[in-house]
Formats: sequence, C-alpha cells, structure tokens
Amino acid sequence: MPLDPMQLEPGLWPFLIATVVKMLVVFTLYMVVVAYSTLAERKVSAWIQDRHGPNRVGPWGLFQVLADGVKNFVKEESMPGDVNKPTFLLAPAIAFTMALTAWAVIPFGAPLPTPWGKVDLIVADAPIGVLYPLAITSLGVYGIVLAGWSSNNKYSLLGGLRASAQMVSYEVAMGLSVVAVLLAVGNVSLPQVVAQQQVGGWNVVLLSVAAFVFMVSAFAETNRVPFDMAEAESELIAGYHSEYSAMKFSMFFIAEYANMLTASAMFVTLFLGGWDIPFTDWDTTGPATVAKALATFAIFATKIGAFMFFFIWIRWTLPRFRYDQLMSLGWKFMLPVALLYIVIVSSGMVLLDQAGVARGSTAYRLAFLGVNVVLMGLLFVILDRGRLISPASSRLERVRLERLRAVAATRSSIAAGEVR
Amino acid sequence: MAISVKVMERPVGEVSYVRATLKGLALTLKHLVDPHRVTIQYPEEKWDLSPRWRGTHRMLTTEDGKAKCVACGLCPTVCPANCIKLVPGEDEVGNRYPLVFEIDEFRCIFCGYCQEVCPEEAIHLGRHYENAEFNRARFVYDLERLTAQTHPVSTLWDPADPRGE
Repeated sequence: MPLDPMQLEPGLWPFLIATVVKMLVVFTLYMVVVAYSTLAERKVSAWIQDRHGPNRVGPWGLFQVLADGVKNFVKEESMPGDVNKPTFLLAPAIAFTMALTAWAVIPFGAPLPTPWGKVDLIVADAPIGVLYPLAITSLGVYGIVLAGWSSNNKYSLLGGLRASAQMVSYEVAMGLSVVAVLLAVGNVSLPQVVAQQQVGGWNVVLLSVAAFVFMVSAFAETNRVPFDMAEAESELIAGYHSEYSAMKFSMFFIAEYANMLTASAMFVTLFLGGWDIPFTDWDTTGPATVAKALATFAIFATKIGAFMFFFIWIRWTLPRFRYDQLMSLGWKFMLPVALLYIVIVSSGMVLLDQAGVARGSTAYRLAFLGVNVVLMGLLFVILDRGRLISPASSRLERVRLERLRAVAATRSSIAAGEVR
Repeated sequence: MAISVKVMERPVGEVSYVRATLKGLALTLKHLVDPHRVTIQYPEEKWDLSPRWRGTHRMLTTEDGKAKCVACGLCPTVCPANCIKLVPGEDEVGNRYPLVFEIDEFRCIFCGYCQEVCPEEAIHLGRHYENAEFNRARFVYDLERLTAQTHPVSTLWDPADPRGE
C-alpha cells in the first residue's frame, strides 16, 4: 500500500502495524475458511448423494475439521525410497504458499475508519494488481510438477505432467479473459476494478463471455472436477500426491481449497463487483463507517461462499474430461473465444466512443449487454454441437462418417485375413 | 497395427455438453434441497427387528428362577455348528438339570434349531445383536449369563402362518 496521506496519518509505524494486523487477520480467517470448506465439500457431496455427511464430531460434525487436523499432524510421515528429498519436501510448501500468497491483493471490504486513520481492507494494494495473482498462481504449478517428478513414481509423474500442461494451457485463456475486464476498467488495480463495477455495473452482465471463459479456466487452474487430470484417481491412483502422507498430503489438500478460495475471490472481484452491495449506493457514497466495512465484507464473503458452492456443486455433478478433450477445449475453444472477445470488446468500445456515447451511461451499458447476450447465445449454440469437446462421439458429416467407416471396414477385413 | 475406432452417429441431443451439464446440475440440486436419505443414524436410531430375528441366545427360567432346561441333550445333538456344551446332572429326586450349559456365540450360526428342538421351550434365540466383546473367551455364554439375558426372544416360523400374520 502506498503511503497516501489521505489514507493514513503520515508515518511508517501506523502503516506497518495496520499491515501486520491485516495480514494476521486475513491469514487466520483464510485458514479457518479453507479448513471449513473441506467440511463444506464433504457435507454438500453427502447431501447431493442423499447421505448425511460427517456428523459425529461435535454438533453437525462441525469439529470434524479439528479432528482431521489433529489426525494429519500425528500421522506417520512416510518417505518413499529414492525420492529427490529437497524437491519432495519443497513441493507441498510451494503449492500451499502460492495458493495463500495470491490473496494479498484482493480487496475485501469498504475502508474501515479507525482512530488512527482510514484503513483500506486489502493487504497490499499493489499497483500491478490483477497481474500479481495470475503470476502467483502460475508459480503454483511448480508445487504439483515438483511433487510429481520427485516422487519416483510413474503415476505421480504422469499426474504432474498432465497438471503442468493443463495449467499452462488454461492460464492463457484465463489471462486473455481478464484482458477484457482490464479494457473496460482501464486499470489493472483490483480496487479500481471494484470501483468501476460499483459505478458501471457488474462485469458478469456486461462482459459475460469473459466471465464464462474465466470461470472455466478457474476450474482448470484449480485442478477441480471436471478438469482434475492431475489426480484422476481412476487412472493415476492419486496423481501427483500419491506418495505423500500425513501433513505433507494435508498441505496439498489445503492448497487445493486455498486455490479454490483464491479463484472464487478473483472471480468475485473481477466479475461480481467485489465487495459492492448490489442495488444500493449506500456502501460507496458518504463517509466510511464501521457498519459499511462490515456489511461490505459480509456481502463479499457471501459472494465467495456462493461461488465456492458452485465449485463443489459442479464437482459432484460432472464426470472428468478425457485428456484430449480437455486440451482441445482449452486451445481450440477457450483461447480463440477469449481472443475474439478482446477484439469485439475493444472495437465495441472504440465504436461507442466514436458515436459519442459516454462511458458508464445507460446506453453504453445496454449496448454491451445486448452484444453479450447475443455472444453468449452463439457461444452456447457452438458449445452444444459437442464436436469441439468430444471429437470421438460427436455428430459427423455424412461424407466423413462414410469414409471413416470404410477405413474401419478395410482394416478389420485385413486383420481377419491375416488371422486366416 | 493401428487401432480402428468404431465411429457412431449420435443425435445432437446426446452429444450436447451444455444441455447435459445443465440437466445434471438440476438433478444434483434437486437432491441437495430435497434429499431422500435412507441412512439410519445407528446408535441413536435402530432398525425394527423382525419378530423372527435370530440373535443372542436366552435361557428362559421357571417362576423360582431356575433354568427350564432338563438336560435332555437334544440341542447339542441337533446343533449343526456343534457350539452347545451340555453336561447333565440329576438331583436327589431324579430331576435332570444342566451342570454345565455353554453356548459359543462365535461358533453359533444362529440357525434356531436348538429353539425348535427344545421340548421345554427353555433355550431361545433372541431379537438382539449388540453382543460385542473385547476378547474371544467372553463369547462363550454360560448358563448364568444365558438366564440373565432380558431381551425379547424370537418367534419360530409357523408353517400354518408363513407370513407371520
């Protein structure tokens, strides 16, 4: 955070103390939420499958998280033979730290007035803003790759390889989908993104194609179903963390949920208006109060909770993609869509500017809304044809089908001839 | 040799990903908000046992608290698992009674023949299944323990009323 005299009274100490306090509060809250999201996952999955879920430890199983934590701490740490020790130990730490660090630039509430000045509810208002979490989450892939490589296990290695290819592929689409938002905002700072949405409306409505691409990429980035190629328990045992046990395994587990939380926070900030309370100006205008800070934080938490629920809901609904489907979806669909969308958004903005429509005006918003409704319709119609995602089971042209069948028939007759 | 893939033509509705996804999400949400749970929360809730449930044995007693068993030896004879140990005794007036009557519940297969064969309706199987112990020796129930059981006894299958109505 820059030392802005409007934000804080001059002096290094108030700034340092405020930052340290914010770090501690955010870290504590973050870890608690991550822990409880594991419980939420188990509970929601149970409810979806007509089960009860964990309900033995404490009321409604609420202390299950503590029991799991204690269990993971006291379990034996096994070290398989011939692992590359330094990287084997480093990998969970990288995965965990990178998931946690990305949170630093997310604004989580309206400014909080204190006797020592106004405190922005953001750990570090870095000027590079949105680029920072993108960079950090790409570092997170090293945790998985190193874990897969150092485990001395072919399944781990395959999991690590898949994860790296997948995360690198979808990072491209994710980064490009963010560009549309940055074009609309004209700034990369996340508080600015939130401020723009408070005035100009949420990006999920005005830039819905970007929101869709970002959402799909977020699922792929966090290695969640339907893109959990890195784990793929039916194929790779447990993928990159097959050889990990006790707290080291727990670190990967925490990292997964921390990544989910960070991805949710990013989606909320970029597309769902951040801590903006919808349908009211009360939270953005007038002097800062404690009530406003708390209310905006609550609404931010609610939005994140809703998106986390969506993550879990999708996981217990969809089956896993095949690896080639995943790659063709990423490179042949998401990437061109994101690129094309940048072109459409930027040319739309130029055209509207030329036509003299003021930015943020109702006509401007309506124009964007209309364009996005049309584009979303097109997107879903194209997606619905299925060929882009699953080439092996899609509808083919009659000519192509006949040709493929002829090839298959020739081959099988040749094979039969050889047998005879 | 190259693998030839069987190519099938499917209707668009079947290969559609978006429609299938939405349908799936609707289904899981329906179960989430309106669950059809069948799990029984065991220690708190218990399943209603059938009147013919064959579980832990009981030895019924006469009014003066003695076991009804007359040590006729039919139950050890009929027992297919050979789990009943009976040593008969006789008092001064000539009444037979068991000196030792032990049932190894581990060996027992809960067929209910002992109950069926008993002329005095002394040995019964019970509608009871929570008989866990910490060591194997405790599963050999002696006469004292069999008479001390209080759970309801199981009813035999009646050929005249096969459904138990």
